[in-house]
Amino acid sequence: MRRLVAGYPVEVRLLAVLVALCIGLSLTTDTFLTLGNITSLLNNNAVNLIWAVGLLVVLIAGGIDISFAVAASVVQYLSAQVFMVVEGNWIFGILVASAFGLCLGLINAALIHGFRVVSIVITIATFNAYFGLLMFFTKGRNIYDLPDWWTDRIYIFEHQAADGTWSELNLSVGIMLVCVVLTALLIRATTIGRQLYAMGDNPDGARRAGVNIWLMHCVAYGWLGVMAGIAGLCQVNIAQEVVPNALYGRELEVLAAVVLGGARLGGGRGTVLGCILGVLFIAITQNGLNLLGISPFAFQMIIGTAILIAISSSNLSFNFRPRRRAAEGRLP
Amino acid sequence: MTDASAPPLALRLRNLSKTFSGVHALEHVDFEVRAGEVHCLAGENGCGKSTLIKVVTGVHAPDPGAEIEIFGARQSAITPTHARAMGIAVIWQDLALFPHMSVAENIAFDTMVGARPRLVRRRRDRKAAAAVLDRLGERLDLDAPLNTLPIAQRQIVAIARALMGEARLVFMDEPTASLTQSETDGLLAVVRTLSEQGVAVVFVSHRLAEVLDIAERVTVLRDGKLVGVFPTEGMTQARLGELMTGSLLSHEVMAHDRSGEPAVLEVEGLSLAGKVEDVSLTVRRGEVVGLTGLIGAGRTELAHAIIGMMRPDRGTVRLDGKAIAPKNIREAIHAGIAYVSEDRLSLGLIQPQSIEDNTVIAVLDKILDAVGLISPTRKRAMVSEWISELAVKIGHPSDPVSSLSGGNQQRVVLAKWLATEPRLLILDSPTVGVDVGARAGIFRTVRRLAEAGLAILMISDEVTEVVMNADRVLHMAGGRIVGEYDPRTTDVATMEERVYA
Ligand SMILES: Nc1ncnc2c1ncn2[C@@H]1O[C@H](COP(=O)(O)OP(=O)(O)OP(=O)(O)O)[C@@H](O)[C@H]1O
Ligand SMILES: [Mg+2]
Repeated sequence: MRRLVAGYPVEVRLLAVLVALCIGLSLTTDTFLTLGNITSLLNNNAVNLIWAVGLLVVLIAGGIDISFAVAASVVQYLSAQVFMVVEGNWIFGILVASAFGLCLGLINAALIHGFRVVSIVITIATFNAYFGLLMFFTKGRNIYDLPDWWTDRIYIFEHQAADGTWSELNLSVGIMLVCVVLTALLIRATTIGRQLYAMGDNPDGARRAGVNIWLMHCVAYGWLGVMAGIAGLCQVNIAQEVVPNALYGRELEVLAAVVLGGARLGGGRGTVLGCILGVLFIAITQNGLNLLGISPFAFQMIIGTAILIAISSSNLSFNFRPRRRAAEGRLP
Repeated sequence: MTDASAPPLALRLRNLSKTFSGVHALEHVDFEVRAGEVHCLAGENGCGKSTLIKVVTGVHAPDPGAEIEIFGARQSAITPTHARAMGIAVIWQDLALFPHMSVAENIAFDTMVGARPRLVRRRRDRKAAAAVLDRLGERLDLDAPLNTLPIAQRQIVAIARALMGEARLVFMDEPTASLTQSETDGLLAVVRTLSEQGVAVVFVSHRLAEVLDIAERVTVLRDGKLVGVFPTEGMTQARLGELMTGSLLSHEVMAHDRSGEPAVLEVEGLSLAGKVEDVSLTVRRGEVVGLTGLIGAGRTELAHAIIGMMRPDRGTVRLDGKAIAPKNIREAIHAGIAYVSEDRLSLGLIQPQSIEDNTVIAVLDKILDAVGLISPTRKRAMVSEWISELAVKIGHPSDPVSSLSGGNQQRVVLAKWLATEPRLLILDSPTVGVDVGARAGIFRTVRRLAEAGLAILMISDEVTEVVMNADRVLHMAGGRIVGEYDPRTTDVATMEERVYA
């Protein structure tokens, strides 16, 4: 137990804060702890969480990606073109969206690896390029003409309360669960995952150990691309239309959640659990402020402060570790 | 074709050169290691030892024209994975471990690279890691994140990692630099066992006694060029030092009597729970006091208590007659104390910044011009003074510190602290990982600083070193000062016996 706390200080602290937040909101509002509120929280955050676990993989490997949310819009647009000519269903849709997402991710990987430029510069460039192209080709117009399978609601859970109100979970939540589990498997249980962590932790050490840096870049950015594509697909199901600039700006919210969840900018550290907690923290704070009727601008401030506290307190706890080195001394 | 009677070669290099943007790190070097041999690679800091290892393991590509043969097979292009598949393992000078991974994950890491992707076998890896540590006779917490371990234990992890696979050729780049005597003995025993099993070991160390003890042959490099290959039988430390530096090094006792000088540092009855017991000592103006003793004797803790990194329970520290109680290093620097810690590689340097910026970082106020901006001329003057004083081998002062060889990085740390021109200088193991020539340079500097009136407390493991270079030697054991010696009347051998007993 102590090891858990010491090994995952950010996650444990965030969990404690989250529990306190939930208890507080359950006591101060009578709407927070209702099945309806909880299911809608999950429905509304499935997309963010799919992105978050994708971004986590990139952060662990020591990179960063700003372009994924816009990439998701690009995937939506391209997929819509495909679905106009080819009859589809969800399985086919996920395959198509994943393929487009993968390509966009690999473009990032190739640019970062090929030019040896830091990932933030490259992905800011692709972010702008994708967005510009998207606005150019769509002329900023929304697409409503979408196949039925894509926009029809599919519920994986339904419940009618005594007062007649329905609570249900969308298909997106199911897809999100699958993405979360697959990502956890990738980074925790496979040798590829270990190499991703290693590359973020000590790039030179990883290179000397023979880690294939190019392959790892492809895995990290490719995985995020696939997640971005799938999330884009789900988002259309929720929004019922393709709006070219709908996802613009969401990347920072997701980045905030992942960093809040203990992923280290610079690489080598981060967990799927942390991602889930980070996304939930942001979602519940926003939800709580809504229910309490507080200005949405307070939300931005709270998130900013929370990030500062999360990052600085985890660094402080490292510095304050007793310096055991002194006691070891070299032996004469 | 090699003739059948000669022992098979594990490694054969011909005409190996490596140039880094115009700097020749290696020039036309030939190098051979026989199977099952312990072969030492010796040379001053920056002579190209680590570079040679990196070329053989595929980290750097050699300049065209080199011939590399590994276990008799001619190699055209080597990659790290390929090198490992051929049975080459390395203990890197900078360890190249992963700070946020656990001990077990670090040790088992190489098994995950290069092969087809698969699931991690945590339990198996843990068991294997535990088994290697057992072989080394070490006990470490397998689940502890590496960055919570002291440097000596990280070194053990790096050693275990190299021994994890079925290596047939192991490179050890200064594996003992931060090890205790018993850990070193443990490693040397492992090296002997490996050699008996037919594994070739290439051993790099600046501790010449160790080199002569373990190796059968030694290859000496100087400035990237081959000096020669010599059997260690009949070789002396002095001769080896001469081969490495190309000049004769003096071996005279330097002690002076400074008892008439005023005291700079006076420590009285200093105690630190369980570490330091009632220590009193004096360091006078112009005096070099050596402090030696076994591991856990409390030497480093004593230094930490003096400079305020640890709070003493009892006792007083006076500097120039005034009682001081610094709460941290900054206050200690302000009071006029400079402390060069033993863990220089990870502590004192900002790796991506330039050599010159690292050198002047603690003394920025001394290089300001009339307006209060940093004066480039003064900066350059100060940097070049210390670079030449300590004979740091560098390309250009504006190169990043990370491009320096390990030993040269340590000299930059030393330069940084010496530039603060303190009243009292505490040097904790100043020669770890530093070659013989540079050691002489460091001691010359220490002597010159003492002549200029500085008081110096020098902590060292090596009795010979303190006897040769201090005016007075204190022997610490179990947190107490148990003896004081005058180098002019003490015999090194008897003193070693007493200290290492
Ligand atoms: N990546 C690099 N870029 C530029 N120069 C380098 C690089 N690596 C090494 N050098 C230079 O090559 C020379 C040899 O360095 P190397 O690290 O091989 O020395 P070494 O013999 O291992 O020394 P030490 O005993 O100090 O570890 C040095 O002059 C060093 O500055
Ligand atoms: Mg070296």
